[in-house]
Formats: sequence, C-alpha cells, structure tokens
Amino acid sequence: MEGPNHARRFVTLWLIASAIATPLVVLLLGPALPPGKATEQASGQVTDNTVLIGMSTPILLLVVLYLLYAVIYFRQPRGAVLEGPSVHGDARVQTTWLIVTVALVLALAAYGTERLYAGNGAGSGSGPAPLTKPSGAKLPVQVIAQQWYFTYRYPTYGGVETPHLVLPVDQTVELHVTSIDVIHSFWAYQLGVKADANPQVDNIAYVKPTKVGSFEVRCAELCGIWHGEMFDRGKVVTREGFETWIHQQQASFAPATKVLPPYSKTYLPEPPRRGG
Amino acid sequence: MAVSAALAVLGTLIGLYISLWAQNFPRTVAALAAPATGGANLTLETVATVGKKLSPQHPNWVSYLVKSNGRWIRSTVFRVPAYSVVHVTLYQFDTPTGLRNPFLSEVQGTVGGTATLDGKTFRSVEPEEASHTFAVPELGLFVPLAGVPEEAKNPCEEAPCELSSAHRTITFSFRTGARGRYRWQCFVPCAAGWLLGNGGPMQTLGYMDGFIDVV
Repeated sequence: MEGPNHARRFVTLWLIASAIATPLVVLLLGPALPPGKATEQASGQVTDNTVLIGMSTPILLLVVLYLLYAVIYFRQPRGAVLEGPSVHGDARVQTTWLIVTVALVLALAAYGTERLYAGNGAGSGSGPAPLTKPSGAKLPVQVIAQQWYFTYRYPTYGGVETPHLVLPVDQTVELHVTSIDVIHSFWAYQLGVKADANPQVDNIAYVKPTKVGSFEVRCAELCGIWHGEMFDRGKVVTREGFETWIHQQQASFAPATKVLPPYSKTYLPEPPRRGG
Repeated sequence: MAVSAALAVLGTLIGLYISLWAQNFPRTVAALAAPATGGANLTLETVATVGKKLSPQHPNWVSYLVKSNGRWIRSTVFRVPAYSVVHVTLYQFDTPTGLRNPFLSEVQGTVGGTATLDGKTFRSVEPEEASHTFAVPELGLFVPLAGVPEEAKNPCEEAPCELSSAHRTITFSFRTGARGRYRWQCFVPCAAGWLLGNGGPMQTLGYMDGFIDVV
C-alpha cells in the first residue's frame, strides 16, 4: 500500500496557510509597523516594512510548517532505532528553490532601488550630491553633531544655531548632517530619518513632516562615553508656530550667532590642538 | 579539573576588574546648603594637570576638582537639592583651548541668563578664549569658562591650585528641577594628546565629566 504523497500534502497545507496568514499580517500588523506616519518618509518606510513582512510571511510559514510536518510525520517510532532512508538530490526541487530565491532577491532589490530613487533617499542620508531631489521649496537645516550633543543651524534665518530641532509641518526640509569631531549618526526615529554624521561631509536627507507632534533624536553610532546621552526631543509645529519659535531663537542666541563662523556645508574640526 | 581552574581564574579576574572599577568611581560630594537662599553652594576648580597627589594613575590629566569640607577633592559627582537654586563658584586655573562649536560660547540656562567673570556679568565669551565649559545638556545649562591668559604670571603648577596662582573666577546660579541623575561634561576639546582632544579625561568619570544627582 502506497503512503501519502507528502510533497503534495505539504505544499497544499503551506499554500492555504500562506493565503490566510499573509493578508492578515499585512492588514492587521502592517499599520502598526515602525516608524509610524509622522512624515512622508516615515509613511513610506511603513509601506516598505509591510511589503517586506508580507513577502516574508510565506517563507516563515514554509520553514515552520515544514519543521512541524517533519516532527509529526517523519519522526522515529518510539522504541525503534532505525537507519533513515538514503536521500538523493532532487533537481526539480533545487532548481525551483534557486529560481524562487533569486527572483525574490532581485525583485526586492528592484523594489528597494525604486523606492530609494522615487523617495529621494526615503529619509536616509544621500551624501553631498543626492541623485534626486524633491520638487518645490525646501527649508535647509544643518544638523551639527559633536561629542556629545546635537545642535541645529538654520541658514535661511541668519544662520542661527539652536539646541533643539523644530520643524514646520507640511514643509519639505533639507537636512544637512555633519560632524565637527568623530563619526556620529543622526537618527530622528519618528521622522523616519537616519543619516551618518561624518566630519567634513555634508550628508543630505529630505523629510516632509505631515503631522504636528514631537519626535526623538538619538545618535546611532557609538561615539564615546556619552553616546547613550546624545538624546533630544524635537518638535513639528505649525508654520506660524515655527516662525514665532525661530524668531525667539534668533533673539535668544544673538550673542552666539555673532561669533559663529559663516554658514558652511562642513566645518573643520577646529581646534585640533590640546588644551590643559 | 582544568575547566574548573580556568573558570576560577576568570571569575577572579572579573571580580578584580569590578572591584577596581568600583574603587575608581568618584564619590559623591554634596553641595553645601545655602540657608539664606534656600539653595546650595557648589565650589569647583579646573586645573591643567591634576598631579600625583590627586590622581596617581593620570597625574598629567586635566581635571575638575570640588571643594568638600575645606579640601579640594577630585570628584565629578555632585549632589544638589531638587527644585532649588544652586550657586556655583568656579576657579579656573587653566589656559584657553577654544571651543570647537562657538555656539556654546553663550551662557545658557543660568538664572538671569548670565554669569560673572572676575566680578563682571557676561552673556558670552570669545570662543577661542574658552578653556572649559560646565554644561548639563538635559538641564539646558551651558557656561563657558574663560581661560587664564597664556602669558599670565604665577601660573598654577600642580593641583590643587591656590588662589594665589593666576586664575579666573566664574560664578553663576541655576535652578534644579525634578529628582534624577543628570550628566554634565566639558565641551572644550581639552584632553591633552588625545584624538581631537576628546579622549582620556574627557571620557573618564572623575575628570572632565560626571553627574549631578538632584535629590
């Protein structure tokens, strides 16, 4: 008497489980995925994460279901010590596996490239000469990292430098991220922005906040004893609120603004010499 | 047997390391109560070389010192009362290095937004004249400390420095808020011989950075 056709049975089981689980994961888990929808870039990342998790679900099910299936149907009978049957390669299975995995990787590479290109970097640092730029007016803001603090400079507002990052809602912002000492990384989680802050490099990232609220800023590159303390909370405010705030900053930091060097895309890490 | 011996040696080494670390952690120094104002007084000094007496391991390091019971102690963990005004007097014996970020040359977060330098009120210093800063980022407190001119006569040779040596006197007050531990640091790259001036004493508790325990 012939045994069951395990291959057909398992594939059927896997296809049914995938057809049920994948839409559930995409529809129920997708909207809750990080980093939220506070900016166009963050919303795009939620979409990307949803696509990735949607594609991963059948693969996860394949591995987990096969493990369970094997435990149930291919386990050694109790009390018996049997030699397993010899296993031979199956050209069809191997070819299918190769084709499917290569297709998946290439499809994800194409998808990722398109998303990065169309999304003007999708919130990541694109270097000093981004391949694409968003259309329309952009508010330039320089992010200056140093051990162990971030400050922010607004070149279109007299070059004033501020200790906190405040952005206007519904305005595309061009972040110029740099460092004046070692390597840091500017990570504004809820904004969906993460860009390396390297000395003498102007790393540009674009972001367009779509909701008023607050966001966290952290350094994401181990940069010394107080790396974990490079934390701040920024705000997205209305355009009117932003204008009020920036004028307050200009007044408060007038003495410091007078002695700042002219706005530049990068600054030499001066003074390089020792003190003491 | 060999595994047990190796584990015992490893355990001993780890224990020794933890013990050394605990011994080197700076002890907390409480600010003196200031009954007249209901706050506290903190007296500090900055020195170019801390000396063997206060730091046998690193006598050449730049450092902050704090006054406790009439003596200068090498510690950078200070205890101050919550929701009160802390009055800081700081004797600066070091020469200028200059701020890497001139933005921090402005006094921020003090009572009145100012400090005094040798008795005169100021809002900012020339960035290149800064020798150190006293900064508590989470409290928004940044005070640049002007250095003693290079050509000053009678510079302090070794800590603790006495007021008969060339120095600058900086005073300021700041308000504390809720209880908690807040880190403070110097923002001038003043660490001698280290990459970009931010290694060694800038990254070791007990020299140029520490904590303010608000209790």
